[in-house]
This record gives sequence, C-alpha cells and structure tokens, in this order.
Amino acid sequence: MNKIVSKEHFSANVVKLEVEAPLIARSRKAGHFVIVRVGEKGERIPLTIAGADTAKGTITLVVQAVGASSKKLCDLNVGDCLTDLVGPLGQATHVEKVGTVVCAGGGVGVAPLLPIAEAFHKAGNRVIVVLAARTKELVILEKEMRANSDEVIIMTDDGSYGTKGLVTNGVEAVIQREKVDQCVTVGPAIMMKFVAELTRKYEIPTIASLNTIMVDGTGMCGACRITVGGKTRFVCVEGPEFDAHQVDFGELLMRLGAYKNMEKK
Amino acid sequence: MTTEELIAARRAEPWREALRKSKKNKERMEIPRVKMNELDPEYRSHTRLEEVNLGLTKEQAMQEAQRCLDCPKPTCMQGCPVGIHIPTFVKNIERGEFLEAARILKETSALPAVCGRVCPQEKQCESQCIHLKTGKPAVAIGYLERFAADYERESGQISVPQIAQKKGIKIAVVGSGPGGLSFAGEMAKRGYDVTVFEALHEIGGVLKYGIPEFRLPNRIVDVEIDGLRKMGVDFEKDCIIGKTLSYDDLHEEGFKGIFVASGAGLPNFMNIPGENLVGVMSSNEYLTRVNLMDAADPDSDTPVIEGKCVAVIGGGNTAMDSVRTARRLGADRAIIVYRRSEEEMPARLEEVKHAKEEGVEFMTLHNPIEYIGDERGRVKEMRLQKMQLGEPDASGRRRPVPIEGAIETIKVDEVIVSVGVSPNPLIPHAFGGLEISKKGTIVVNEQTMRSSLPDVYAGGDIVRGGATVILAMGDGRKAAAAMDEAFQKM
Repeated sequence: MNKIVSKEHFSANVVKLEVEAPLIARSRKAGHFVIVRVGEKGERIPLTIAGADTAKGTITLVVQAVGASSKKLCDLNVGDCLTDLVGPLGQATHVEKVGTVVCAGGGVGVAPLLPIAEAFHKAGNRVIVVLAARTKELVILEKEMRANSDEVIIMTDDGSYGTKGLVTNGVEAVIQREKVDQCVTVGPAIMMKFVAELTRKYEIPTIASLNTIMVDGTGMCGACRITVGGKTRFVCVEGPEFDAHQVDFGELLMRLGAYKNMEKK
Repeated sequence: MTTEELIAARRAEPWREALRKSKKNKERMEIPRVKMNELDPEYRSHTRLEEVNLGLTKEQAMQEAQRCLDCPKPTCMQGCPVGIHIPTFVKNIERGEFLEAARILKETSALPAVCGRVCPQEKQCESQCIHLKTGKPAVAIGYLERFAADYERESGQISVPQIAQKKGIKIAVVGSGPGGLSFAGEMAKRGYDVTVFEALHEIGGVLKYGIPEFRLPNRIVDVEIDGLRKMGVDFEKDCIIGKTLSYDDLHEEGFKGIFVASGAGLPNFMNIPGENLVGVMSSNEYLTRVNLMDAADPDSDTPVIEGKCVAVIGGGNTAMDSVRTARRLGADRAIIVYRRSEEEMPARLEEVKHAKEEGVEFMTLHNPIEYIGDERGRVKEMRLQKMQLGEPDASGRRRPVPIEGAIETIKVDEVIVSVGVSPNPLIPHAFGGLEISKKGTIVVNEQTMRSSLPDVYAGGDIVRGGATVILAMGDGRKAAAAMDEAFQKM
C-alpha cells in the first residue's frame, strides 16, 4: 500500500516521489491535494498532487524538506511505503476557456501548478508559465511545463538562469506585452501575496492555491481556516483555491507560523 | 417472539424467580447507591492518560445489582436507545454470572464498554428507574454496564455474537464512529458482508479523535472494534467516500446498501474579531491533536499549544473534555466561559463535577466578544461581555442577554472554541439526489433512517446535527433493522 515506486532529487532539499495510489490516481483532478503521514507517530501533512498516471496507478508528489515531517518524507526511498495516504481532497480547479492564462509558480508550488497549467492548456487556452526560483538549481519541472504550455518564462533571483528578477517581474512583463485574461499562482504565501497585488492593479482575475496547516483535511478541525473576502473559509473543503484578491495573506502568513519554534526535534 | 414476550420469558426463568424472592424489595430499596471509585482529583489533573473513573469491584457491582427490583415492565429499557435488556443483565451480575451479563449487553449494543463510560445514563435508562418514584437515586445501570463489559474483556473470554447464515449481500458503512460501528455489528449478525470506510487513519471516529483517554481509553475502543472484526466486519481506513470512492464506485464494487454515519463535520465559530488569531482553535482541532495524534507525547511529530491560561468557550461535554485536557497539559488556569448559567449547561453533571474537582474555573454568564493578539498574531487577551438571564428562548432555556457596558478583559494564551458543529458537507455534496435539510443534515424517514436515495440510510450527527454516542448507536441499530427488512421483502 502506498509504495514509493520512483524517487528523483530535484535539488538537495526537493524530491519528486511517485507513489502507488490507484484509487486516488483515478479520481484526482488538477487542484486536488492529499494528506500524508510517515511513521506511527507521524504528523498529517497536506500536499497538493503534482500529477498522476492512471495506467500505473500512481500519483506524483513534490516535497521540499522544510520541517521534521517533510524531511521524513523526503528521506523515504523507492520500495518504502507511506504510513497513510488519503485523498483526493479539496475542490478541483475550475478550468474553462478564458483566453490567455498566466501560471505563476515559485518553489515547490511549481509542482501542483503543472496539472493546472496542463488542464488550462487542454481546455484551449493560451498558457504562459512564469517559473521562479532563487537560483538555477532550484528551477523544477521546466521540461514538463514546456510540454504543457505555449511559453515558459524563467525568473531567478540571482540571474543564474533565465531573467534576473522576481516572479512578479516576469508576470508584469507578460501583462504589459499582451492581454491576460486570468492568472493562477501557486507558491510560497508571500510570493502569492505579491502576485495578487500586481494583478489586482491590472484587474486580472487571479486564483491562488493555499497550502495551510491542516490536521484531518476533511473539514473537521478548522486548523486551515482563513479569511477570504471578510469571511472565514475552510481551505480543506472549500479550497484550496480562492480568489487571490480576496485572500487575507497577512493572516495566512501569521497562521502558517503558528507552530514555528515549537516543532519537535 | 416479541421483545415484550422475551422480557417476560427471561424474567420467568427459575433462577431469576428465586433471586427475586431471595431478598425483599424493602431491603433492596434500603441499599445506598454505589459510588464510583475515582482517581484523586489533584493527581489526575496532572496525569494525561489515566482514566478518572476506576470502575466497580465485584462486590460493589453485585451489591448495586441487588438494588434493582426486577420490575415486570422495566421502564429503564424504554430509556435505552438500543434497547438493552437491562434487568436481565443486572440480575446476572447479582447472581455472579458476569460473562452472561456481558453477553446480554452485546445482544443489542456493539460497544458496551464504551456506553458504560460515556452514555448520559442519567438522562436515559436511569431517568426511568422505579427508584426515582420513591425519591431514591436510580440503580447505577451505567456503572454496572461498564463493570460487565470490563469484566468480560479482562477475563480474556470474550464472546462473539452469533452470526446468521451469510447472505452474500455487500453493505458499505461510511464512517467508523459509534453510529457506523453499531450498524456494522447489527448487519454482520444478520449475515451481511459489511465494509466500514473511514477517512482518518484510525478506526473509531469521535471515540478516538474526540473523547479523551481519561474518559475513554483507546485500548477499550480497540477491543470493541476487534470484536466486530471477529464478526467478519471489514475496515478500510484512509478512504473517503465521496472523494476516494464515489457513490457510483460503491455500486460498481457491488455494494447493495449504504449507511452514512459520517458524523459532525465543520466546527462552528462565533465570527467575532480576532477569532483567527494563532492560539484560537476549535475543540475538534485541539482534541484531535491531543487524542488522535497524541501531540502531547514528546515522540509525536504533531505539535499542540500547551497554554498556561486556557479559556474554553462553551458548556457541553466537548467543552468539558477540552478544558480538562488543558489542565492535564499544564494549564495553571483552565476556564470554562459559558454565556448562560450553570443550570443551563448541556454537559453531563458528572463531567462538570469532575472538571471542578480538577481545578477548572467556571465563568458562567460571560460571552467572548473579541480576541486580542500580540505583535506576532498570538492571542493574549479576550474581551468578555457579562450576561444575565432573560425570558426562555426556543430551547426552553432562559435566554442570555448582555448587561450593557459590563465588559471584562482577561489574559489568555490559548482559546478553544466549543460551540457546536455543522454537518460534514462531503457526503451531501457527493451523493447526487440526496435530500438535504437547510442545516445541511441528511433527511431521513425517522422510523427507518432511509434517505431519499432508496439504497442509502443515515444516522448519527449527519442526521441529527449534533447528538450523543448512544443516539448515533440507536440510529445504527434502527437503520440495520429497516435495511434488513427491506432486503427480506425484495
């Protein structure tokens, strides 16, 4: 059950895992996430699904080792099993033909952005992907993005690859160049906040996929709640995607830090 | 044989007649009600896992059983949502046949060791006891139930109920809480092939994630679940019906009947300023971290905030569970904040008593209106509106009304909101054609628990909105009887 069939290092701290999960592979859609647990004392952590192979009965997860639990997951090898894997959870991305869609991803957020870009592309949209990373080694899934979009723009903080600059610089360049009908952003909360501020200025409808703290992931605990448009929403059952212009990113950043400094050794 | 005939036949058995005659009713009525043996309050308020109630000794149980007058029309049974043959099991305890007493319990209840601990007997079986009519306290039916179930488990001679001939009909159960387990046991007895699907990584639902160890140890729940396994019930964890498997998938897999007991989902909040600050959380989140994820164990990867000054908002059993947990996790001040007076509190009297003994403070007639955070967004204070009782409201309880200008600020570093739950929206969204009430509960026929979809039955919190373990179990039992009858007619 939930056996890891392949593992690839994207960088020192980022791995791609292909995991046996035939039922989830069959029922998942772009935007869905899973809850993963490693070890009998393990934490339940949410991860957005980066892809699936229904023939092989596998799903793909891209994980960055940031805390104890994600590190445990990254340390697993081919042949190991996840203690628990449940999903698909959340609402699938609402995909329709709108025209030109800019997909702005940063860090491991690029992984869940891949199926979303693919879905918009398949729906007949012109899809422009802006991939951002600190440096060249941290740019992931470029080839896969190229295969599922019309154009890929790479941005690096240090200019070691693509154009030097932030994701917002890349997105703004596209907006100034052509008419953009929708934006989708997945990445660190602070990045999504700045993308949202940029597209608000240009009045471009924008979707952000939020990755909050969760426990059960099925609507029971409310740990994931966040203010959107002045109302408290549950990311696990109503999200994970929301209108980025309505999301209270300040609150999101604050809540993401709830257990900082108290993570167990 | 009807239930009434069975009650009469059992009561007429020679051993029981002899037992009745062995002691005069007057003597029986003079025996004082037994007191539950409990852990010392000071000790237990700092020990996280030890059960508060220690159970009765054999001698205590046999003496308490003598108090039962073995009424010809046992009204106590009418007070039991699953119809346990109460006098029959009690009289078996009186004559020392404890295993037989446990067997009688399991005829109608899938979880006697659980019910003996968490049922509000004072509002059910015990509220109907003949003793109350003479001004004496009721027979301690709940304590005796627990005694028999514990005796059987500890004896190692656990009986498995008789299973009817296999019917070859597959039944799916959504959720492994008390409703689902009760239904599963009833259907397995009747010869159906039952699979229980559970979304979480542990079987037991609220019995595992909600009710704390000091009130209901997980190992006790596990033994009862093992009993169901021995009866042939299959359990699939990490599987969410409506997500991992759809309604249509269940049909494709050959399931002919579905019982939905997916429980209470979304926790309610009060929509007051500061409610999303760090350190403010639902009781579901707090209890799930501590109970299901064992977050207070240093080896657990799951963190939990261990506040020093913890306010729990609400007056129900879940609020009591939360506040008593906070004490055990090291809170110097653990406070119940409740907008009505203690008289209106929905929590069991025993829970309120235990909480007070453990040093929990009660701020009744107070209602939070705002939470205030520090520069990092962590809750540090709460503003409370003082209330007074006005005219009775729709619930029959006196309505709390604010006293104008009476606002108090107190320091807190953790707030647990325990003001009820709304039904889990997963199944209502995923089963097309299912009739849903305005509140989001599944609409069923009250006699049969059948929904608007002919093959879907439902019970527990997803139907009631918020109820008790035993009411969910009663629903499971009722649904099983009705579903079985529907199959018989086909």
